[in-house]
Amino acid sequence: MLEKRRLTCIGCPMSCPLELVIIDGEIREITGNDCKRGEAYARQEYTAPCRMVSTTIACNSGLWPRLPVKTVTAVPKAEVMAVARALHTLEIEAPVQIGQVILDDIAGTGIAVIACRSLPSAPNSK
Amino acid sequence: MNSGAEKIVGMSYDVVIIGGGIVGCALARELSRYDLRLALIEKEVEVGFGTSKTNSGIIHSGHHASPDTLKGRLEWAGNQRWSDLARDLKFGFKRIGELLLALQPEDLHYLQLLKKQGEDKGVPGLEIWSPQRIQKEEPNLNRTILQALHAPTAAVINPYEACFGLIECAQQNGAELFCGCPVLAINQTGADFSIQTPQGVFHSRIVLNAAGVFADRVAAMVGAADFKIHCRKGEEYLLDRRLQGIVTRLIFPVPTATSKGVLIIPTVDGPIMVGPTAEEVNNREDLSTSFAGAAKIFAAVHQYCKAISERDTITEFAGLRAVAETNDFVIGPSPVKGFFNVAGIQSPGLTAAPAIATYVTEMLRCEGLKLAEKPVWKAEIDGPFRFARMTQQQRQAAILQDPAFGRIVCRCEAVTEAEVRYAIRHGARTLDGVKFRVRAGMGRCQGGFCTMRVMALLSETLGLPLTEITKRGHGSEVCCPRQDNLSVGDGR
Amino acid sequence: MKSPLRSRYDVVIVGGGPAGLAAALGARQAGVEHILIVDREIEAGGILNQCIHSGFGLHYFKEELTGPEYAERFIRNVQSDQVEILTDSYVLDISPALQLEIISGGYGHLQLQAQSVVLAMGCRERTRGSIRTPGFRPAGVMTAGLAQKMVNMHGVLPGRRIAILGSGDIGLIMARRLSLEGCDVTGVYELQPHCSGLTRNQVQCLDDFGIPLHLSATVAFIHGRDRVERLTIAPVNHELIPDLSRSWDVACDTLLLSIGLIPENELSTRLRLRMDPATGGPQVTSNLETSLPGVFACGNVLHVHDLVDFVSEESLRAGRFAGEVAIGMRRPSDNISLQAGENIASCVPQSLSPDREQIIYLRVKRPLKNCVLTIGDRYEKSFRMLVPAEMIRLTLAPELLDRYFGEMLKIDVRLREAT
Repeated sequence: MLEKRRLTCIGCPMSCPLELVIIDGEIREITGNDCKRGEAYARQEYTAPCRMVSTTIACNSGLWPRLPVKTVTAVPKAEVMAVARALHTLEIEAPVQIGQVILDDIAGTGIAVIACRSLPSAPNSK
Repeated sequence: MNSGAEKIVGMSYDVVIIGGGIVGCALARELSRYDLRLALIEKEVEVGFGTSKTNSGIIHSGHHASPDTLKGRLEWAGNQRWSDLARDLKFGFKRIGELLLALQPEDLHYLQLLKKQGEDKGVPGLEIWSPQRIQKEEPNLNRTILQALHAPTAAVINPYEACFGLIECAQQNGAELFCGCPVLAINQTGADFSIQTPQGVFHSRIVLNAAGVFADRVAAMVGAADFKIHCRKGEEYLLDRRLQGIVTRLIFPVPTATSKGVLIIPTVDGPIMVGPTAEEVNNREDLSTSFAGAAKIFAAVHQYCKAISERDTITEFAGLRAVAETNDFVIGPSPVKGFFNVAGIQSPGLTAAPAIATYVTEMLRCEGLKLAEKPVWKAEIDGPFRFARMTQQQRQAAILQDPAFGRIVCRCEAVTEAEVRYAIRHGARTLDGVKFRVRAGMGRCQGGFCTMRVMALLSETLGLPLTEITKRGHGSEVCCPRQDNLSVGDGR
Repeated sequence: MKSPLRSRYDVVIVGGGPAGLAAALGARQAGVEHILIVDREIEAGGILNQCIHSGFGLHYFKEELTGPEYAERFIRNVQSDQVEILTDSYVLDISPALQLEIISGGYGHLQLQAQSVVLAMGCRERTRGSIRTPGFRPAGVMTAGLAQKMVNMHGVLPGRRIAILGSGDIGLIMARRLSLEGCDVTGVYELQPHCSGLTRNQVQCLDDFGIPLHLSATVAFIHGRDRVERLTIAPVNHELIPDLSRSWDVACDTLLLSIGLIPENELSTRLRLRMDPATGGPQVTSNLETSLPGVFACGNVLHVHDLVDFVSEESLRAGRFAGEVAIGMRRPSDNISLQAGENIASCVPQSLSPDREQIIYLRVKRPLKNCVLTIGDRYEKSFRMLVPAEMIRLTLAPELLDRYFGEMLKIDVRLREAT
């Protein structure tokens, strides 16, 4: 089965419009790239696209009511929304230290989630 | 203070004023001198939130309107009252004067006519200026101007500040205020009017209809609709402080049949404003601005000041003038005894407002209302304090007394937390209420930085979650709650 | 409420965001003793605290960090360098003799004398007023940065169904952020024929979530008396005038504006510093010193950056130069004026001195493919692609200038001639 995919390379400001020719799930041809970075990007994006997820979780005792967190590595792109939704159900108590592991495995991805900042307790909370 | 919906109403009043614009507020203060049970009911969430909020803020010099009209008679009388009001009610007031420009040879005659009209009315200081004099006094005006009529009696204020001050003074002297209280129906039984509102029924012997652009509809509720109001929209454009001082006086062109033309207004707080347009509209809630309005205003202004450009706009807004068919104020008894109209208050309505209040009071006296002066009536109110206007020593003293003066909330206009708290204590319930009382959010960044801080202060003081804080009343909530499965509180 | 502060500092830095923090480290490197950062928020870090996405630090730390992580690294370094940070405090005024009037939530009214001052106040967002969008004035129209603060710091959402005007990076980032929060982002509308944010953001914030980007389109009318109900979107012609005959309506309750940033120069104007209308910031020498000796500027108050890494680099230098002046060291003043020429929107600094390595930041006016950048007859570099969204950073070795006897150098970018 022949399939064509269009991507925009994010390697540099050139933003090359890439076109991938895929036959039976395998990349046969990549065109439109001005340099090698485009080809590598296209392969990665086609075979295993992944993204860092950063969002916030509840921390009602904190200086701010939200704590920013992120996945320690990128998660598969298809899992991004599931990861965000799972994180939004969490709540943590202040104080929090930067880098503190919030969860070892978020939404079955095997990827840990850490705090992106230290968050002291709110001045008026016990 | 402002009352919420929890107030149980069923009380009887001697006088109920419908409408908390500049006229209603001035009436409330004037009538609060007398031993009367007095209430003002306002449809919007705070007073001054209708036409008054969008008024240009000009206290006209007194010579514009013909003495053959009611508006013409009350204009000059009103003008002379504002300096005392500003002093007593602690709002900004600057008597900066105005220049009326003759751009065409045919305008020259009009300048003479207007000068004569002003002199006949007793307006002092009117002078025709030569191009040389104009250049010397206002060097940033175009050199093509033929002559100008200078009137030193014109002044500028913030009309909403005047509303807040007037109503606070009235309340402190016993008047009651009900906001968020639109009139649904009015019934008359004998000498008693019952006014239906979502907050309950108000009974009153006398009703003063100061309902602005809705005054004919309110009058129709008692079958007193012997006049019609139509709306004339005006757009205004506020400019960056970069242009502050470009003119030091109000700049007027020669007026047309429907408006005083597009003006350059050095507002009382400094920034320059240009406008308004004059456009007849059918929708009484049409407060929209338009491409065409902006184009019209800046094209007009370019004829007398080339340095002003639309690039410098920091915000724009529109307001509706309530114009009666007679093109004059509609003030007086209606066909229904006890129901009085104070309607059709178009320009120079703001200027005339204090005189309108006295005029109406005298009218009520003539109609048989017993007006006994209260033994104690306080003309002044305390605040508000303005950190930006304090000297260094005053600032030091203020912070020593209240550390909240040490926390700047709005950096563009140097507004402190203490001022925001004061505004909330004195009736501000919304972001706009805070903004129009203390200027937080009125500067260059238009609330980009201070919105969340003001919202947090409103939330804390009023005991409401952030998600229930509004811009200007129900339906204008600024943010909404998260939708997580977890209960995360209200984000306070 | 007794102030623990000194009455005299070597260097006072106005603003504790990325620029101010780096400037403090720079001042310390210069060897000065007493350094103070004044910040108006309850904690240092500036806008980074609300920029929770990753993508910061690739140049400076050689790793990808989120905004709060980048900020905290700097705050720790600054604290271990014994720099004082005065938060919840606001510089009201600076006198030409470098006396600062400060009000502080903790310590009241303060007056301090500085040997040198670094301006690091950052920037603000352009608002609806500056583009005069017609229509009503309901709640729900706000800048993208304000929405970011709502979501990431205060834990509330700006609305449920969001439209975004302007394709600046903050707008794109917020499109993704609000999608992750379950909001419906209906589209991004950009007046220009090209996206003004980075390609990476266009791909990862819009394409990933199926959010359409409408180029050459703008909001022609905002509907809704109390809260936004609907927008009229119109395509624009080559003069950027909306064509209402081809407009369409979009239902939404929120309009976010991502239409540009403006350096926050209230203090600079009060000090009557000479300003550069092209950058919106003060004019500076190659030492990042403004027209008032002893006053330096760096970061977004000087010119709007797109990478915080460059802010840090620039601010470290500004802090170092400010520190040197505070302890009486003076480098030779500049003797070459640097001017933006063909296709250049702006450049910083606005003058050079040939005695040391120079770093020049500049922006082009429009996207240019296959072009050559020249600085007078001294320097030439080819680029495959230059876009306004990405600031260009050049370093000039001292030997490039040491035998230059002119008074002015002009920077031009020209398309390479077709061969």
